Amino acid sequence: MPATTSPTTDTASFDVEAFRADFPALQQDIYEDTPLVYLDNAATSQKPTSVIDRLDHFYRHENSNVHRGVHRLSQEATDEYESARASMQTFLNADRPEEVIFTRGTTEGLNLVASAFGQMVVEEGDEILLTEMEHHSNIVPWQMLAERVGAEIRVLPVTDRGELQMDRLGEFLTEDTALMAVTHISNTLGTINPVADLIDAAHAIDVPVVVDGAQSAPHLSIDVQALDADFFAFSGHKMFGPTGIGILYGKYEHLDAMPPYQGGGDMIDQVSFDGTTHDDPPHKFEAGTPNIADVVGLGTAAEYIMDLDWEAVQAHEEDVLAHATEQARAIDGVRIIGTAPDKTSVLSFVFDDVHPYDAGTFLDRMGITVRTGHHCTQPLVKRYGLPGTIRASFAAYNTRDDADALANGLRKVKDMLG
Amino acid sequence: MPATDTISDRAQEIVDEFALFNDWMGRYEHLMELGDDIPVIDDDDKTDDHYVHGCQSDVWIRADYDEDDNVLRFEGDSNAKITKGLAALVIRVLNEQPPEAVESAEFDFLDEIGLQDNLSSQRNNGLRAMIEQMRERARTFRN
Repeated sequence: MPATTSPTTDTASFDVEAFRADFPALQQDIYEDTPLVYLDNAATSQKPTSVIDRLDHFYRHENSNVHRGVHRLSQEATDEYESARASMQTFLNADRPEEVIFTRGTTEGLNLVASAFGQMVVEEGDEILLTEMEHHSNIVPWQMLAERVGAEIRVLPVTDRGELQMDRLGEFLTEDTALMAVTHISNTLGTINPVADLIDAAHAIDVPVVVDGAQSAPHLSIDVQALDADFFAFSGHKMFGPTGIGILYGKYEHLDAMPPYQGGGDMIDQVSFDGTTHDDPPHKFEAGTPNIADVVGLGTAAEYIMDLDWEAVQAHEEDVLAHATEQARAIDGVRIIGTAPDKTSVLSFVFDDVHPYDAGTFLDRMGITVRTGHHCTQPLVKRYGLPGTIRASFAAYNTRDDADALANGLRKVKDMLG
Repeated sequence: MPATDTISDRAQEIVDEFALFNDWMGRYEHLMELGDDIPVIDDDDKTDDHYVHGCQSDVWIRADYDEDDNVLRFEGDSNAKITKGLAALVIRVLNEQPPEAVESAEFDFLDEIGLQDNLSSQRNNGLRAMIEQMRERARTFRN
């Protein structure tokens, strides 16, 4: 090709129909006659063929235990396992692969930090700062820690629109704060929190910050170095990866200083009955035979995402959410919960005079999968004085047609129940 | 007077009733109509004692024992229409039955009335909690 050829026009490109075709589970009918409209992605995403095939291939051809294996199969499995770690390092833009720890998911990651790091930095009388929109997974481990050491939980409140009350941060982030834990994106409202600003403010007074990235990993480009997050936890299954596998990112200096979370094989250096020395990060935090197949599958999911034109994907996701919001808003009696200007992929709402459970059950019968209830954020739902919400949550494979199906479903629900 | 028809008679009656509807919408409308006829619990009785835990919606079931007739009488309510309909179905089969019968009642008929699988007594936590609470009350009155 001549060197003078003009480069491919760098316009955003994302072919949603082709992308959708990668996901076998989306192609099915529910209740015999009704095509599936999958809008429960904040709970878990569907899996592309590449991830499904990768798991299949691993078990058929590569299955072996990792590390210290003298035989070839073990060495290959180890290579695949560590190569997935490298993929996750790239996905997060972590400084080094040792900062990537494989966990069972976000919940285990947060518990690991609360247990191993929390006991180093939180002392009696200290405060742990959370926000009102946290998932129970980012509340309960901190409550357990607070109870153990005699610390106090403080909670940064949200506004009626569902944003953090940043103007009140100074009241809550004080010299008594020992640690802050905050969600990147609210799983109930879709609000994208100004995590970088929170981290800056916290670091200005030497407070480490733990970010719950369960909802952001599937929707935003994550750069833990740009964020300067101390810890960042997320799950594989919400980002097209397998269930039962997740990532805890931690700054190496923290991971190095922390005691192990669990003891067992694979995390040790020398063991004797007089005492044990443990391995360095990340293996220090990966006791026992890890979830090798799902690690490899998660690596494939991350590569799959990184192959996409992410700006184009985000533009598409924004378009679908805006369309769904507009459609829902036009239905009499629908009230949207969470109207922050900066939000992504979650449409939570209530219906006047219709219980979310009734609405969810009818939508399900029409093939539309939404989630109803408190979404593991009871304090937040209570703050809005609601019995729960109806939550439609979108992934890159959802289209305006899905949003229209939801709106049609809601109109039928209104006819039947309103 | 205590009812003479058995729990399984009543269950069969309900199955036959639902079979008259040939689409799911009709069946759900019928379920919600049954909910409107529930022997409704007094607002003052909507207390923790009668609250059914484990449902997505609020559900209350009250059980009273009539010693003379040796039967249980139930009242209930819910703020969700489908749940209220399910409560009405369960009450309809168990009302005015002896405690022993309530305790050993089977609810397989719920799988045969053409509602979603997730509303079956096996899969639905709320429904299971409701039934368990009624059985529990029955146990305390068993002779």
